[in-house]
This record gives sequence, structure tokens and C-alpha cells, in this order.
Amino acid sequence: MKTVLTAAIFSALAGAALADGHCAAGKTLTDGTLTIATGNPAYYPWVIDDAPESGQGFEAAVAYALAEEMGFAADAVTWVRTSFDEAIQPGAKNFDINMQQYSITEERDKVVDFSAPYYTAPQAVLTTETVMAAGGTSPTMDFLKELKWGVVASTTALPVVMEQIQPNQSPLVYDDNVNVTAAIQAGQIDAALFDLPTALYLSAVVVEGGAILGQFDPNAAEDPDQFGALMPEGSALKACVDAALAVMTENGRLAEIEAQWLQEATGVPLIK
Amino acid sequence: MIAGLSTAIVVVLVVVLVPLAPGWDAVKRSFFDAETFVNTFPTLLRAFLLDVAIFAWSVPMIFALGLAIALARGAQSAALFPLRIFGAVYVDLFRGIPVVLLVYLVGFGVPGLGLPRPWNSPYIWGTVALVLTYSAYVAEVLRSGIESIHASQRNAAICLGLSSRDTMRYVILPQAIRRVVPANMNMLVALQKDVALLSFIGPVEILRQAGIFKSLLANFTPYVVAAVIFLCVTVPATRYADYLLNKDRNARS
Amino acid sequence: MPDPKLSLRGVEKSFGEAHVLRGIDLNIGAGELVCLIGASGSGKSTLLRCMNGLEPVDDGAVLLDGVDIAEPGFDLGPIRQRIGIVFQSFNLFPHMSAYENVALAPRRVLQETDTARPRIEALFQRFGLADHINKYPDQLSGGQQQRVAVIRALAMRPETLLLDEITSALDPELVGEVLDVLRQLRNDGMTMVLATHEMSFARDVADRVVFMDQGVIAEEGAPEDIFSNPKRDRTRRFLASVLR
Repeated sequence: MKTVLTAAIFSALAGAALADGHCAAGKTLTDGTLTIATGNPAYYPWVIDDAPESGQGFEAAVAYALAEEMGFAADAVTWVRTSFDEAIQPGAKNFDINMQQYSITEERDKVVDFSAPYYTAPQAVLTTETVMAAGGTSPTMDFLKELKWGVVASTTALPVVMEQIQPNQSPLVYDDNVNVTAAIQAGQIDAALFDLPTALYLSAVVVEGGAILGQFDPNAAEDPDQFGALMPEGSALKACVDAALAVMTENGRLAEIEAQWLQEATGVPLIK
Repeated sequence: MIAGLSTAIVVVLVVVLVPLAPGWDAVKRSFFDAETFVNTFPTLLRAFLLDVAIFAWSVPMIFALGLAIALARGAQSAALFPLRIFGAVYVDLFRGIPVVLLVYLVGFGVPGLGLPRPWNSPYIWGTVALVLTYSAYVAEVLRSGIESIHASQRNAAICLGLSSRDTMRYVILPQAIRRVVPANMNMLVALQKDVALLSFIGPVEILRQAGIFKSLLANFTPYVVAAVIFLCVTVPATRYADYLLNKDRNARS
Repeated sequence: MPDPKLSLRGVEKSFGEAHVLRGIDLNIGAGELVCLIGASGSGKSTLLRCMNGLEPVDDGAVLLDGVDIAEPGFDLGPIRQRIGIVFQSFNLFPHMSAYENVALAPRRVLQETDTARPRIEALFQRFGLADHINKYPDQLSGGQQQRVAVIRALAMRPETLLLDEITSALDPELVGEVLDVLRQLRNDGMTMVLATHEMSFARDVADRVVFMDQGVIAEEGAPEDIFSNPKRDRTRRFLASVLR
């Protein structure tokens, strides 16, 4: 709520500059071009078919809408790929903004800049139908504690598991989504925590007999998982990006894109 | 004297010049943050104990299997020919496959066949992967040790009426094993580092724990902590291996 | 002459192209000391190694008390306890003390455990090595090592002892102590076959001298006959070259 308010104030202040269309002028790596980084590979439903240039997928769509709002035509957008490490290491960066489901955290904010959030991700539990059958239809926290958990190392899922679920056995940790799903398939873990859209994709497409056990209500969380565009520390572009995102939040454009690409996310039961 | 002086000059240059580089402050914050170092050290040290444990239970299995394979490869009689072929294929296969691949293949693959818990544990199958790879290396080292023992030793034992089993056990092996201790020490140092590969299939050992800290804190200092802890173990071990190697060389010259 | 202890009949042996033994016939009587002499490469060592089955023969028979031990598939294990061999290069086990070197085979093969110790200590005592019984081979001189090697062979209570140039690797001043051991064994009545370059020893101690040349027995007979009155030219030439 606070962030939205801040963004609104920003938009009011920056409104005049945007009207001129020059907010980002001279602030990008290459003048007149907005260089956007995504993951390698980039995953469904954030980017469809690992082809961000198509504008298909939630983050790809947000990226083009954001560029447009900042005064860049679609053909003035250039894509590059980075890993998580490349994005946070010190030194010059090869992108203006980086969008790959970066959760905004206080510690990360010390090293890099984050835009205002463009998505608030509910955390969801990916599991298998076999485990679901054992847990009954309405899973309790006690049931979750009994499970063997797995998470991806570079995500904020591990603190969530440790603090909110507090499982009886220590979780196993993996490099990426593929390894987590391999471990689920091998029966080495019962459940894994992902943001909801990723969890939906994995349960439907990757994990044989996969299922979503439920999602945590993001608004109930003390510190909800919000995705922001990552920029180099002290980026001059941040004000422009925040202003553009504020406009998009205000005029419903963000919600529209979310409804288009992340519609499956609604209708997953809440875990209480 | 000259060596000492030039070393001192290099150290001074590094200490004085590196901080003058324009990006030093950012690098220092990302890699050498004192507060992060202190905060993550205890957890990382605890995670390192898992490395030590995996190492400790792998080593006896590696040497037992390595010895068995070495003996199989050296089997003399025609009846044991299949055993010799098996040994040769085993060594070629498991020395040729990258450890990482074997960790994935055995760690995810074998449990994926449908083993029930706890028999599908990544600790078990990750260990199996390490044992397969390293026993192949140890087998080759031991075999070279066995072959380095002069045939006259074997002849002397056989002429005393010792069985070939007793000849191997009491005459050849004790000498061969002693001779390859330095080579095996280097093997153990390499193993200590490769234990971290088990983190790929889930276990949270020191490098994984450092990675978790890195992504939570957006800071690479935890890796520096891990490196320091590793060095505290591997440097003395490597030096000890060198010492044994020199001692052996001097003894033979 | 009673039945020979050890008897070779038409023994042939080749290593690849090299025809090392060409039809050897030789009888060794019980309690006899036979010295094999001849140039290096004349086949002395190979002949000794064929006598205890360490080298399989290509053709011919090796009879021990009338039993052919050169038959393919013959179990040589028990035979090797009855025929001891000592090598030129000692071949002590470097990782064992002198005592352990000697005690290993009695313990593993004869199943002697405690009983062997006094017997072994007596052997060390007898051959002047009592003070060195717990030393390791690299702490002993060549002569001492070779005496330990002889003790190691004797500890198996062999009936016959094969000795392959056992003084050749020794410094001259150490040869005497080893030959003294052989004199004592001769007095015990041990059957011995000795390949050697020690002509004066052969002349003094041997019952019979066998001169080998290019894989055949060129001449054999009592030492005084061979050394003082050789019948063959090549024997004479060989003796002239070594006794110069």
C-alpha cells in the first residue's frame, strides 16, 4: 500500500517531465534505445517460448508497455540476457532495466536499485497428486510442516518456508526450477515453494502428476513478495521507470496485462 | 633475501594500488563486507560440517571399492578374464564421466526409478556418485602402485610357498599402498572440493549455504567466507601431501 | 648311486627367439652340493628357476623324488616348501623386519604361530645375526641381507636349496660371510645347487661341478677334474678367462 502511495506521489511530481517525453532522454546506455534484460532462459508465463521480442508473456508485455509509457517505440527496445549473479555484481551493467521476477528486498536494495513493484506474487505450493491424496482436500499448516520441502536457492522462497511453514525436516535447496522438479519426481521432496504463476506452469507442464496444493494470501503476508525491475545502483532512469509504472497502475494497464497472462492464478485455494 | 624483498614489494603494491582503483569501494562492499563476514560465518561453518561428514563416510567406501577394482584389473588367471574386463570398463567409464553429470544421473535418476524413502535420499545417491568416480581414480593409482613393485618381490614370495592371495596381501599391497600415499592425498584434497557438487541435488552444504546468503543479501562475501574455511583445510592437506611426496622421493634416491 | 633327489630329463626352455636351455639332463643326489659355472647368459639361472617350477619348461621332465613337477597343472605350492631358492638380489621384503621376513611363510604356509619363533631365533643365532633380528633390510649390509635371505629359505625346512649367484651382488669383503653359511649347510647334509662365479669356493666345497655353455651342459665332473684337467676346449677357455 505504502509503495503504491509513493509511486502515486512520484507520478504526480514527474508528470510534467513525462509530458515532454524526455524523462529518459540521455539516461539510457544507448540514446534512444531502452535495453532490457531477462533471464536465460526466460520461463513461461513470464516470457512465452523464451522470446521476449514477441511481447508475449507477462513480463515481456509489461516491458513493452513500460517502454511505450516512457516514450520508446517497440523497435527501440533491445533485449539482453543475464544471470542473477551478473545483475547484482559490482561494475558496469549491460542493461538499463532487468526484469526476471526479482523480489524486492531491503538487502538487495543496498546493492542495486529496484523500480516500484509491477507484480505482487502470491507464493504457492507445488506438489504431486500423491501427496495431495495423503493431505486431504483442505491442507492445514500441520500437514505442511510434515512435508519434505525444496526451494530454489536464489529465490526468497527459502525464508518463507523457514519462517512461515517451519517444517520439521530442513529443506533441500536447488539451483533452478528444473532441479526442483527432478527432485519432486524422484520422490526426494514432497513440495516446493514458487511464485504462483511459475508453480502453475510447472504443475501443468513439467511435473508429471503435479498439483498445486494452494497459495498463501499475499495481502496477509507481513512482507509480500513483490517483483520489481532491477537497475544499477544509483540509476538515473529509476524516477522515469517508477513514474511510468505509476501511470500504468493508475490507468489499469498493469491489471489488464496481469489478467491476460496470469489469469490462471485466480481460483487457486488459499492456505490458512 | 631477494625473494623476501620482491614479495614485500608486490604485497605493498597490491595493498596500496588496488584500493586506488575507481571501483574498489563497490568491490569491497560486495566481496569483503566485514559485517556480512561475521554474520554468515557460524552458519557456513555449520554447513561445512556436512561436507566433512560426506567426506568422512565416502573415503572408506572409495578405498575399499578402489582396491577391489585394482585387484580385479590385475587378476592373472584366464578364468578371471571377465573380472579384468569389468575392471577396465569400470575405470574408463567412471573416470571419463564428469562428476557433475554422475551426481545428477545417480542422484536424481536412480531414486526416480521409484525407490521409497529413505532409500531415495540424495545423501545416499550423491555419495554413490562420488564413490563411483573416485574409486575409479583410486583404483588406477593403486594399480600403478602394485605394478611398480618389482616382479622379484612376487617371485620371492611365491618361492616361499605363499599363495598368490597371501603374496598380494602381505608382500605386494603393503609396499604398493605406501608408495601411492602422496598420490592418494592429492585425490582426497580434490574429493573434499567435489563434495560440494552434492549440493546440486539438494543437500545444503557450505557452497550452497553461501549461495543462499548471496541471493538473500545480494553480496558475495559469503563465498569468501566459504573459501577461507576451505583453505583452512585444503592448504595444510596439500602441504602434507607434498611433504610425503618429497619424503618418498628422498627415501628412494 | 642311489635314486637322485632331483633329476632333469631333456629340459628345453626358450624366451621368444632365445633358446636358453637345449636339452639338459642332470641328476642331483641327496646331500650333494652341485656348482653350476659358466659365462653370464649360459643358462645357469634359468636352469635353477626350472628346478622349482618358477619358470615352466617348454619340454622335458623335472623329477623330484621320481615325481614330474613340470607336468602342466601340477600343484607347485607344496613343492616350493621342499625346494628353497635364494636370489642374487636378496629380494627381502623391505617393509618387514628381518624376523618378519623369515616368519611370514612359516606362519602362513606351515601354520606355525608360536612354535616358529625359537626355531627362527636359533637360525639367526647360528648365522651370526642375533643382534640384527629386528632390523629392517635397509639397515643391514648386503652380506647380512643375503644371510637373512638364506635363513628365510631355511625356515621352511627345505630338503633342497637352490642358490642363484647369491654372492654376485656383494662387495668382495662381504662374500666370505655368506660362503661360510653355505659351508655350514653342506656339513648339515643339505642338498644344494649353486650357480656361482666363485671358482675357488666351487673347487673347495662342491661335490660336483657342472659347466654350462650356450644352454647345454658342456662338461661335468669332480671339481679337481674340471679345474685341473678339463677335457673340453671351451671349458679350458672359460676357466682361463675367469681364473686369470
